[in-house]
Amino acid sequence: MKEKLEQIKVDAEEEIKNVKDENALNNVKSKYMGKKSAFNEIMASMGSLSPEEKREVGSKSNEVRSFLQELFENKLTEIKNEELNKKLESDKIDITLPSKKRKSGTKHPLNIVREEIEDLFISMGYDVVDGPEIDTDANCFELLNLPPSHPARDAQDSFYITEEMLLRPHTSAMQVRSMLANTEKKPFKLICPGKTYRRDDDDATHSHQFSQVEGLVVGEDISLSDLKGTLELFAKKMFGKDREIRFRASYFPFTEPSYEVDVSCFNCNKKGCSMCKGTGWIEILGCGMVHPTVLENCGFDHTKYQGFAFGVGIERVTMLKYGITNLKLLYQNDYRFLKNFDRKEM
Amino acid sequence: MILSKKFISDYTNINKIDFKEFADKMLKLGNEYESMGPLINANKLVIGEVVSCKNHPESDHLHICKVNIGTEELNIICGAPNVREGIKVIVALDGAVLPGGTIKKTNILGMESNGMICSIAELGIEHKYLKEEDINGIHELPLDSPIGEDAIKYLELDDEIIDFELTANRADLLSMLGLAYESAVITGEKVNLPDLTYEHIDKNINDLLTLKVDTDNCFTFLLKRVNNIKIEESPLFMKNRLMACGIRSINNVVDISNYVMLETGQPLHFYDADKLGKVISVRTAKDGETLVTLDNQSRILTSEDIIITNGKEPIGLAGVMGGLDTEIDENTKNVVIECAIFNPANIRKTSKKLIRSEASIRYEKGLDVNRCYMAVERSCNLLSKFAHGEVLDGRIEYNTLDRNEKVINITLDKINSVLGYNLTDTDVKTVFEKLNFEVEVKNHKFRVVVPTRRTDISIEEDLIEEVSRVYGVDNINSTLPVFESTPSIYNNRDRVIRNEMISLGLNEVITYSLIKVDDVFKFTNDEFGLIKVLDPLSEDRVVLRHSLITSLLDVYNYNKSRNIKDLSIFEIGRGFSSINGEYIEENKLACLLTGNYMEGLDKEYYDFYTVKGIVEELLDYLGYKNRYSFVLGELPEEMHPTKTVYINVSGKIVGLMGEVHPKICKDEVYVVEINLDTLFENKTGRMKYKEFSKFPGISKDVAFILSKEVTNDQVISTIRQAGGKLLSKVEVFDYYEGDKIDTDKKSIAYNLYFESNDKTLSDDDVNPLFDKIIENVVKKHTAILRDK
Repeated sequence: MKEKLEQIKVDAEEEIKNVKDENALNNVKSKYMGKKSAFNEIMASMGSLSPEEKREVGSKSNEVRSFLQELFENKLTEIKNEELNKKLESDKIDITLPSKKRKSGTKHPLNIVREEIEDLFISMGYDVVDGPEIDTDANCFELLNLPPSHPARDAQDSFYITEEMLLRPHTSAMQVRSMLANTEKKPFKLICPGKTYRRDDDDATHSHQFSQVEGLVVGEDISLSDLKGTLELFAKKMFGKDREIRFRASYFPFTEPSYEVDVSCFNCNKKGCSMCKGTGWIEILGCGMVHPTVLENCGFDHTKYQGFAFGVGIERVTMLKYGITNLKLLYQNDYRFLKNFDRKEM
Repeated sequence: MILSKKFISDYTNINKIDFKEFADKMLKLGNEYESMGPLINANKLVIGEVVSCKNHPESDHLHICKVNIGTEELNIICGAPNVREGIKVIVALDGAVLPGGTIKKTNILGMESNGMICSIAELGIEHKYLKEEDINGIHELPLDSPIGEDAIKYLELDDEIIDFELTANRADLLSMLGLAYESAVITGEKVNLPDLTYEHIDKNINDLLTLKVDTDNCFTFLLKRVNNIKIEESPLFMKNRLMACGIRSINNVVDISNYVMLETGQPLHFYDADKLGKVISVRTAKDGETLVTLDNQSRILTSEDIIITNGKEPIGLAGVMGGLDTEIDENTKNVVIECAIFNPANIRKTSKKLIRSEASIRYEKGLDVNRCYMAVERSCNLLSKFAHGEVLDGRIEYNTLDRNEKVINITLDKINSVLGYNLTDTDVKTVFEKLNFEVEVKNHKFRVVVPTRRTDISIEEDLIEEVSRVYGVDNINSTLPVFESTPSIYNNRDRVIRNEMISLGLNEVITYSLIKVDDVFKFTNDEFGLIKVLDPLSEDRVVLRHSLITSLLDVYNYNKSRNIKDLSIFEIGRGFSSINGEYIEENKLACLLTGNYMEGLDKEYYDFYTVKGIVEELLDYLGYKNRYSFVLGELPEEMHPTKTVYINVSGKIVGLMGEVHPKICKDEVYVVEINLDTLFENKTGRMKYKEFSKFPGISKDVAFILSKEVTNDQVISTIRQAGGKLLSKVEVFDYYEGDKIDTDKKSIAYNLYFESNDKTLSDDDVNPLFDKIIENVVKKHTAILRDK
């Protein structure tokens, strides 16, 4: 019987080797190990054997059974793996076909820049205030030391709604509002971003609607050097850490002294190029020390308080920062233009 | 204001410094310039003599000239009608660069030409400065002109100019003298005043003329008379300097009035004395009065205008322009000089209304009374020197202004406190000395005498400005304001909404607040008054918008015409309205969505439900979950009548959402507008963790066939009522209308989820509820149970 068992082992092994699929494997399995198999017959006839033989045949049959079982299991795993691999192979796709995506939207570049400026000043503890776009002549001009018929009003030809009310031509109107609202007359620092309007025809460098960020700091010993330090930070944040600024004396009725500030050209690094018109410097903002008359008009004792103010054109900064050469693009809202600004600058 | 190097050199020396460097130092002092460079942009021009001139054999107008330029004789072909043997001419040599191009040796109809004989126009001088013959023919130089010499130098055109764009406060710089003082700050050179001397004859103006001033708006009025002048061409230097400064030469007398204005900054007016009467009076005009000004225009005047009269009729518009009737002409013999100062505010109004002139530009900014006196004397000096005039004795004088110089006291502490720097007495004193201000310093206290020419300086801060601009901010430290540390106060509402809209796939736009009148009442049923600007620039920008939607439709149309049809945009901006005379500004969010919103393999198109989803997502994000609903109401006629809803939050309408009416947009275009101020009146609480059930729940599906009149909201409401507390979620998972059911019917399938916080639910708990739900829906909405 041992020989028979050995023969079963050899035959089964040979047959299993040639099996190709799970069905065939099951057939082989039942042929060799099923109820009617030779193996089972041997097992059934074991009763007639002597204890000695029983032990021997039993041991041999155990060996053969476990051998075969392992063989079947291995073969089954092999077949399943093959089948899976075939399926996976047939799953092959063209991974270069386009994706299915819903794109994120975009932020308007003027607001990217506005938020960047806001964040810088928020990080330094400035309040951000908001005010009406329709304001009084008093807030826009008179209290800012620009009485009627002041020649500087020419530069700010405004859209009047009535004799007294107008669309604010600069965010400086918020200087007045903030100081008047500060009833305790305590030192403060704030910025006011917002829309502004002037009677300019729209072209590559002008827009009847534009936006500014006004900055105003008032305290007992706020000085020009504080203004200089603050604007240096601003220039480096907006245009790169290697930037320098220079102050050119200028004139605004609401500040005294007044300056225009240039930033060293980030395109050519002061060598002179088309962006800076060969001068190495680009004008970015106007600023100065708050005029004592303005402080007084707004209830701040000018013998006790000093302050600085600055006004940045957001359009100008945006155009410089992104290399936009025509201001009209910022208000046309061409989708192709908007879609340029589809990423985060880290 | 244009600075001419030759002109200013009469008053101060700027030759020791490179001209470009000079210009840039002026810039840093606060005097921006538009351009700078030589007056004539041409080189290699010499004086030549035409030694022979023959007609070109192949041409009916060209001449073959031999021109002696000293070093050699050049063959030059010239087409000018006035070229002939013996005259002296300007020769552009081979390689000469002229405004019109480079001159090269060439061959004209077989004849060699080695240069060009030039007209004045070819030197790049604008035609308005030229005589007819200077434009049409070559320039003939005087016969004694030295052959071979630099022609530009000989014509005294070798000048350099800087075209300044000055700030509104520096009226003093609208004069060569003012620029000289400013230059002296840079160069440290002296400033020389113009020659004011002249002899006068034994006749007094006061015997011939009387002055009457009948308005407070005339501050100063001076008159002098000069007899027996001879009208002729101005001397070359004067013509050239006027031209350099942008003024056309007329004749010696008129030119002198302009020349003195350029020198001193004080506008003057010269009358033909014989066209005047015995009286000159100054008053405000009567409404409707007229005057024909020098430019031959009839001006209609109002009571805001100041006029000069001959006692009856206007003869001049004060500060702006003289009258035609009393103008200087070629026959003028005797001249009355008027030199005056008027209220700048009046002049500004008049000139803004009628015409801006070189005079009005200066008057508007305010003038120095001492310059007024200087200018009238300087005119007499020049009229006697260059027009053979005889100055009459006496001066008619009316003056209300203080001629004394202002004294301002300031301490070193004050200066350093504003500048944030440690300047010394010497630093500050040096600044004032450079400015030619008289200054005394004692115990760190300065007494500064400010010359009257500096009309811009009246308070301490003005002096501090002078210190800072002359000393230079570059030399001052950088510091930061020292403050108690307090957190910023900042409302981030717009930012939160902006970022959420962007994450929902929308692109931000910024459009104009001013729109067409026709558009303002579109897309809204609100009642409000228009806010119009008084003086609009165009019909498109007249009135402040109330709704942002028309602006977004403009963006849609703009892009559509550029073949961009898939669009999802939003804007956060203000809507304006006038209510009971008050101007209201409301913050609004508007969106416009149309077309496909997916990229790549699959396309998905915006429809009512995707847009509704965007609105819901935003409201959920802002904390209004379960507090909003979409309700029907009377719609603006621009909206699709059955695909538009109002957005209701906590019982209040905050906005509208839906499809634009097909009569306005053929494409399916959806818009949303939410009034953010109204929305945010609804406060939202803090975000809190709400425990979820630990026990598994039971899910059930049910589908009903319903009449199309029944809304999903109604069914859900019935389901929720019947389901009670254990029903934790109701979701629609399928919707059908079509062939399989009646045309007036629809099918909605719901997934119901039952859940308890206390125990695992069994069918015994849920089935009675489920049956009740079905029963109620069927009964209440005459629904047919389709599937369960």
